[in-house]
Amino acid sequence: MLSFIVRRFGLLIPTFFGVTLLTFALIRLIPGDPVEVMMGERRVDPQMHAAAMHRLGLDKPLPQQYLDYIGKLAKGDLGESLRTRESVWHEFLTLFPATLELAIAALLFAGTLGLLAGVIAALKRGSLFDHGVMGLSLAGYSMPIFWWGLILIMFFSVSLGWTPVSGRIDLLYDVEPVTGFMLIDTLLGDEEGAFLDALRHLILPAIVLGTIPLAVIARMTRSAMLEVLREDYVRTAKAKGLSPSRVVFIHGLRNALIPVLTVFGLQVGTLLAGAVLTETIFSWPGIGKWLIESIGARDYPVVQNGILLIACLVILVNFAVDVFYGLANPRIRHQS
Amino acid sequence: MTSLTTPLPVDQSLLYPSPLKEFWRAFSHNKGALAGLLFMLVIVFCALFAPWVAPYSPSEQFRDFLLTPPAWLEGGQGRFLLGTDELGRDLLSRLIHGSRLSLIIGLSSVVMSLIPGIVLGLVAGFFPRLIGPAIMRLMDIMLALPSLLLAVAIVAILGPGLINTVIAIAVVSLPSYVRLTRAAVIGELNRDYVTAARLAGAGLPRLMFITVLPNCMAPLIVQATLSFSSAILDAAALGFLGLGVQPPTPEWGTMLASARDYIERAWWVVSLPGLTILLSVVAINLMGDGLRDALDPKLKNAA
Amino acid sequence: MPFFRNALSIALLAAGACVAQAKPLVVCTEASPDGFDIAQYTTAVTADASAETLYDRLVRFTRGTTQVEPGLAERWEISPDGLTYTFFLRKGVKFHTTEYFKPTREFNADDVLWSFERQRDAKHPWHDQAARGFPFFESMEFGSLIGNIEKLDPYTVRFTLTKPQAPFLADLAMGFTSIYSAEYADALLKADTLDKLNSQPVGTGPFVFQRYAKDAQIRFKANPDYWDGVPPSEKLLFSITPDSNVRLQQLRAGACQIALYPRPFDVPGLRKDDKLAVLEMDSLLTSYVGINAAHPPLDDVRVRQAINLAVDGKAYIDAVFGPDAATQAVNPYPSTMLGYDDSITPWPHDPERAKKLLEEAGHKDGFKLTIFTRPGGGPTNPNPALGAQMLQADLKAVGIEAEIRVIEWGEMIKRAKAGEHDLVFMGWAGDNGDPDNFLSPNLSCAAVTSGENYSRWCDKAFDSLITQARENNDPEQRAALYRKSLAIFHEQAPWIPQAHPRQFTALSKDVDGFVQSPLGSNNFAKTKRK
Repeated sequence: MLSFIVRRFGLLIPTFFGVTLLTFALIRLIPGDPVEVMMGERRVDPQMHAAAMHRLGLDKPLPQQYLDYIGKLAKGDLGESLRTRESVWHEFLTLFPATLELAIAALLFAGTLGLLAGVIAALKRGSLFDHGVMGLSLAGYSMPIFWWGLILIMFFSVSLGWTPVSGRIDLLYDVEPVTGFMLIDTLLGDEEGAFLDALRHLILPAIVLGTIPLAVIARMTRSAMLEVLREDYVRTAKAKGLSPSRVVFIHGLRNALIPVLTVFGLQVGTLLAGAVLTETIFSWPGIGKWLIESIGARDYPVVQNGILLIACLVILVNFAVDVFYGLANPRIRHQS
Repeated sequence: MTSLTTPLPVDQSLLYPSPLKEFWRAFSHNKGALAGLLFMLVIVFCALFAPWVAPYSPSEQFRDFLLTPPAWLEGGQGRFLLGTDELGRDLLSRLIHGSRLSLIIGLSSVVMSLIPGIVLGLVAGFFPRLIGPAIMRLMDIMLALPSLLLAVAIVAILGPGLINTVIAIAVVSLPSYVRLTRAAVIGELNRDYVTAARLAGAGLPRLMFITVLPNCMAPLIVQATLSFSSAILDAAALGFLGLGVQPPTPEWGTMLASARDYIERAWWVVSLPGLTILLSVVAINLMGDGLRDALDPKLKNAA
Repeated sequence: MPFFRNALSIALLAAGACVAQAKPLVVCTEASPDGFDIAQYTTAVTADASAETLYDRLVRFTRGTTQVEPGLAERWEISPDGLTYTFFLRKGVKFHTTEYFKPTREFNADDVLWSFERQRDAKHPWHDQAARGFPFFESMEFGSLIGNIEKLDPYTVRFTLTKPQAPFLADLAMGFTSIYSAEYADALLKADTLDKLNSQPVGTGPFVFQRYAKDAQIRFKANPDYWDGVPPSEKLLFSITPDSNVRLQQLRAGACQIALYPRPFDVPGLRKDDKLAVLEMDSLLTSYVGINAAHPPLDDVRVRQAINLAVDGKAYIDAVFGPDAATQAVNPYPSTMLGYDDSITPWPHDPERAKKLLEEAGHKDGFKLTIFTRPGGGPTNPNPALGAQMLQADLKAVGIEAEIRVIEWGEMIKRAKAGEHDLVFMGWAGDNGDPDNFLSPNLSCAAVTSGENYSRWCDKAFDSLITQARENNDPEQRAALYRKSLAIFHEQAPWIPQAHPRQFTALSKDVDGFVQSPLGSNNFAKTKRK
């Protein structure tokens, strides 16, 4: 088992370097440079421009710049934003908890509801409920989620006034950012009502971001469940006279969970990065928006290292899923 | 006399059914898939005959009729069935012409990632020592980057436009084809028929494309329909972020994005393009499900 | 143990809550500031969060106007030749006391010197801290304009210019000349934490910086020692809300009291809401289409005139800027400014005459060109891509085939500065209310070389008129010179002037004491909730 993990981990290293090279190259292929973008319509004296590019270290040959970048990375230095002069790590740390909080909320929503709907649909195969779940989940994963977000805001926030329109919390609550997770910070801060307010802000974005995973998980669970229910051990368990709920939850669900969790794991990566649209719609201060804006501003260090950090997360999550899958399924472990 | 026209009794079970017929029987059994197909036929018809189907040119501006509501609403006009947009262009005409764009984007991005994807996947499967792992690492790298960000970066490099949008989407969906093909190829390589072909002296290209590939097509076709629908969604998302096709091209996502400013005053300019996207994607996915069930019963319960 | 700590903090909080809690003022702003060291940045939102709140300048604009009045300088003297400016500084002005800095001395001439020398002197220890440079200082060529700055005594500073510059005093009211604390800078230098100047600012302004969370909020509190009276809002909060619809929804929901930059199309709806008020003002904004006069056939004045004649200017106002939300532009700058000429009327919408002119110029069968524009919008133009589509249709009517290229901002700027466009949608936001601030950067021959003259139109007569006007301190004479230059501009048609958008601010009715600025800045030093 250990050798399997080591082997898998070894594969991550070239991937990691490939990611650094790819992001480095991508951002530099985009026309325009950070000084130019900042000046906008205004005048840029060529001399000043050259001086600024020199200070930013952008006048060196590209291979040199790449080596400098890798050298800094090796020392754990992610550099600082060309625009805000803040360290990239610091900006990542302020924005990432917001994205993570949103992603976790979305997954919780999608996971619980998706599992439940999937199991029931499988048990009542062919029923109206089953058809309903399948139909809705089809619509769910066909959803243009930016549009879905706009429609939900118009309905729940503007027309009904049930949920706030945007942001993470009402600004009247002065919440000290300790962990960066609003739900935890509001509890630490002990301002009355702050926690509930933060929760209310989280609901709609979590639903929007969770829509596609919900649809996928519901479908996955249903088909995995159907498969398991056909297996011999479940039939045996039934024959032994175990109660139906016991059969479903102890034997069926436990085994059906394996493929579901795999999908679940893969969705985590997509969620962290895929929150761009949701963040844009809800003015959610997360990393997706940060990266898109940085591409616009040609903020090289932010784009390089921001994407690198996310890529590392995605790689690690996938690695964890791989290992988990290997643990659960010896056949995979012994394959190449 | 009548006995002459009566066909000879044939044992139906002895007839080898045409694969097409068999496929159609399985496909048409699925009502959802049929509905999806029907809807797509309408869309394809609109796309092919847009200039004749649409009441107006998609870029004709009726500047005295900005943001006219749909005909059935108060203030609506019979001549603009679904209302007009912020420049007074007929929304119905733009949606109809937009179907062309979406189909072109979907089709061409699928083709542009399917072909290189298959080739790379075959190569990766046939050369498991050096080239294969190298290709797979490259795909891992691409998969590690958030796909929307990658697409945004590619569009930023190439500049916005229809072709560049297609390229960006094709690049982003490449890894899944490569992975899928390679997995299928590895599965097939140990089969007896491949060994037989090898022993019979089939060359590498023949082995790759004639012997093995046809047997890997089922999951690829399914994946192609799925990525057809996701290409439409991705193009819309890029359009929504302001990086889509060039105006006044009526692409659905771009229409939605530019209408977003008017959401409070004119819900139809936002809702209708969104609804069109949703319905088309649902239709394609329904067809995809039907295809999967019909082509490969094994896959029925996976994914 | 954690329990005790919690209990303690509850007790402390409860005690804090007993202290009079004035209603905080929440403003929905449209973007995160780039930072708080305003000299390094150009964006209006950065200026609102720093120059208008944290800092003061030697002189300032009187609220709601472009008139200059005393700021940190109580008074000043200008030599008759217009070359030396002597400023007499205000005494007893205190810098902010914060958790990260306790000032030991009051504001004096050293702070003024530090704030200018840092940008001017390449050897200044702080000069290279701004890696991308000092954009305003450089683009306004202050480096070559200012010959010398001297401290005559702790409360007197003299600026010596290398040539007369009529708008100089107004320039000194702009954000990039904000006065920083030299004492704080020295402390940071000693601690080798130079980057804190940008993230933990200290100034003399009406508000003290408290906390900033990127893309979420900025928190300020009132400066209890402010020399111009303590601001009535004890807390000022910026809620960063990029989407304009969302800002309005937040305003309606009471989550903020002031929403900046509502879209003109939403204004009629806002006026119907009896809990809200809408302020509006003519601002110093111009939206235009630059015609690249270096690209044939656009070098032919008849063609440029024909393009202007082909355009239905009024329709753009209705569709893009919103009826009643903008005035149609004729001249490069709006009518509130010096030397504006009412007698110049817009080119009429006359496609027939346009076709005739094109025919005369030898383009009977029309020609092809490209229109550059960008996605999204800004204060000068809410939706340039929409205007581009109208322009395309208008040009088609006179036989010109135009292709639209929507290019992302950073790249478009680069390519337009290189002169790759035929037509480009641009805008200009005035910085100080002086005509020269519109004409020199956008239409002078020098600006052709540097690229930001997007029409790449260099007219010797026009250029010499605006140079004379810049170096003249007499308003009457300047006005006359500008009127002459505007006539040339109109006749030569290097632009399609589009609009001077009006500027709107939506606020809840219980907000008192907020005044819009024609310069587009937002200052809340006198604003409170009733």
